[in-house]
Amino acid sequence: MPSSTVLLPPHHYLNDGYGIKSWLLTRDHKRIALLYLAAITFFFVIGGLFAVMIRLELATPVGDLVSDETYNKLFTMHGIVMVFFFLIPSIPATLGNFLVPLMIGAKDLAFPKLNLASWYIYILGGLFTLYAMVTGGVDTGWTFYAPFSTVASTTAVIPTALGIFITGFSSILTGLNFIVTIHRMRAPGMTWFRMPLFLWSMYATSLIMVLGTPVLAITILLVAAERLFSFGFFNPALGGDPVLFQHLFWFYSHPAVYIMVLPAMGVVSEIVAAFCRKPVFGYNFVAFSSMAIAVLGFLVWGHHMFVAGESVYSALIFSVLSFLVAIPSAVKVFNWTATMYKGSISWQTPMLYALGFIGLFTIGGLTGLFLASVGLDVHVTDTYFVVAHFHYIMVGGAIMGYMGGLHYWWPKISGRLYNEYLARIAAVIIFVGFNLTFFPQFILGYLGMPRRYHAYPPEFQVLNVLSSAGASILGIGYLIPLLYLLWSLRYGKLAGSNPWGATGLEWTTTSPPPTENFHEVPIVTEGAYSYPSRVESQVA
Amino acid sequence: MPEAVHHSDALAHQFDSLEQQKEAATLGMWVFLVTEILFFGGLFLTYAVYRNWYPDAFEAGSHAMLIWAGTTNTAVLITSSLTMALAVHAAQTGRRGALMLFLVLTMILGTVFLGIKAFEYYTEFTEHHVPGAGFHLEGPEFYHAQLFFSLYFVMTGIHAAHMIIGLGIMAVMLWWSWKGVITKDYYNPIEVSGLYWHFVDIIWIFLFPLLYLIGRHAH
Repeated sequence: MPSSTVLLPPHHYLNDGYGIKSWLLTRDHKRIALLYLAAITFFFVIGGLFAVMIRLELATPVGDLVSDETYNKLFTMHGIVMVFFFLIPSIPATLGNFLVPLMIGAKDLAFPKLNLASWYIYILGGLFTLYAMVTGGVDTGWTFYAPFSTVASTTAVIPTALGIFITGFSSILTGLNFIVTIHRMRAPGMTWFRMPLFLWSMYATSLIMVLGTPVLAITILLVAAERLFSFGFFNPALGGDPVLFQHLFWFYSHPAVYIMVLPAMGVVSEIVAAFCRKPVFGYNFVAFSSMAIAVLGFLVWGHHMFVAGESVYSALIFSVLSFLVAIPSAVKVFNWTATMYKGSISWQTPMLYALGFIGLFTIGGLTGLFLASVGLDVHVTDTYFVVAHFHYIMVGGAIMGYMGGLHYWWPKISGRLYNEYLARIAAVIIFVGFNLTFFPQFILGYLGMPRRYHAYPPEFQVLNVLSSAGASILGIGYLIPLLYLLWSLRYGKLAGSNPWGATGLEWTTTSPPPTENFHEVPIVTEGAYSYPSRVESQVA
Repeated sequence: MPEAVHHSDALAHQFDSLEQQKEAATLGMWVFLVTEILFFGGLFLTYAVYRNWYPDAFEAGSHAMLIWAGTTNTAVLITSSLTMALAVHAAQTGRRGALMLFLVLTMILGTVFLGIKAFEYYTEFTEHHVPGAGFHLEGPEFYHAQLFFSLYFVMTGIHAAHMIIGLGIMAVMLWWSWKGVITKDYYNPIEVSGLYWHFVDIIWIFLFPLLYLIGRHAH
């Protein structure tokens, strides 16, 4: 790469106006993506600090660092911040916002003002939740199970619930914007089956956001209303049903897992193709598997209630439906693997994260099958096995994908390259730290250590210390990219429009792109991932 | 053709043509209405579960509703849907006066609905039908009827909130019509607002029988 000849474009979205107003009133999807990036990084740090406190407490068997009440608040707020304020918006609101118009060859999303509004709504919801935190926190678990949340808890449930209610609308508006944009704004020649697979995953994710989030919104509103007034929707003393709350809650919150992991799958498809220099194997299957996951994801919520008095028959059906999700998930894993087969693989940072995703997601997914089996689930319900399982999906899957995507598109976002050497080291540190943190938790859970307690029997200490040690390594791993990515903004080498030699419309425009994305409307004449075959590239 | 309409002030920069803009806005509103269906869906599910568990209490609750108020409100809202549809037609045919008249009529009918609703709430309040320590209802189903009234207040309350938002939208549409933003070539905001208004009406069309009619004559 002759970087000496690479110049920054004279006009790009980052120098199109300076000053705070040009950012806070922007309608440019790329700037809004960066606003989101800053906001979710802030919440990631907050959520991470809660995790630090949790792991410090669990380094010793006795509850010595914090009281049991404080511990309840710590894991609750860790969950709420990480799920609703980091993981749900992570890839869609940042990379999705930045890339959806670029990838389809549009000037912006269909509704730029709505896009900015969604960021402000997110911030407003975040402020409510932060307010709840500083005024004493909340101790219901991120799941808000009734009747504890509606009758018993004395903590700041209402402001937290309102914060989540409000933030939900930012999610709905983002999903709505993506759906309309993908339907109506594609450049000439950009047919559905020429779209990069990232867009299929964004589309599937948007469907879940639009269909699932309102159900959470009404549920959380009912919880708040029940606390405020003497409504008895979920209060058995008044004839209400706590399990109805669980049904409503998981109708959103199980699909929400796919809001977190589907975008990461889209990122991995892009990275695997670019760093193997091959089209993704079985494009149609990978595209439809995203849709299948979105649809099936709505039919499995009952597997969260195997021990909540669900009938044997519904447990059986929810169990079978949960197994079915494994099929489209496995299609993806096999197709990525098949893409790598005989590909020209280069081991750059995004590819390391993609490989990390594939391995960790596979472990997370397979242990999900354990939990979908009624008998085994009864054994490990509410143990650290469950905690380990969903962290493999959410951290090992979603955050690995997010980090991979951030590195892959960073040159496009910033126009500059990060330090590849440091980045690879950080990727390896994160992978090692992650496994050391969460693998022992599978064993702990299987041995019977329950979740959500600040003290535990002494025989579990060795595994807990391993987990806490892993968490500190993981924490350092996350800190390094924060530093070198910020450093690269000023001192990084200029990237040029296509540093990876990748296909896709986003790589045909300058880095950083101009405000209107393309100087001329691109015309698409071929499918995604048209990398030259091995024979072609040898002839050339 | 896109060249010809490029000069229109109504065309946002991200679109190539007014037609594309119109299609996008319409699809956006439909997607939004789907989220609304799921939002209310949670309430309808809750209603279905408890009606199934406590049919007698729900019948007693329905009995205590002001049937004349609910019926009048249904007629008022259906009429407002008619005036809304006429407003869209007036916008399409470029008759500004008629458009503004029908928007004002729609808003008046919406306000009448909310006024009657407020009167109903006042009546429920004075008759001790508000769930809580002061709740009272004649008959043996006293206790679980609280669930009926909880649902009644939440469902109609959220519906009323949608009506108030609808009135706000109509006020903006009226202002735009008055300023001349809405033209024969650019009437899409009226049409999309109309979709929302009709949707809120349809929610009421489901609420009315569920809360006022079903089981009313069981006793």
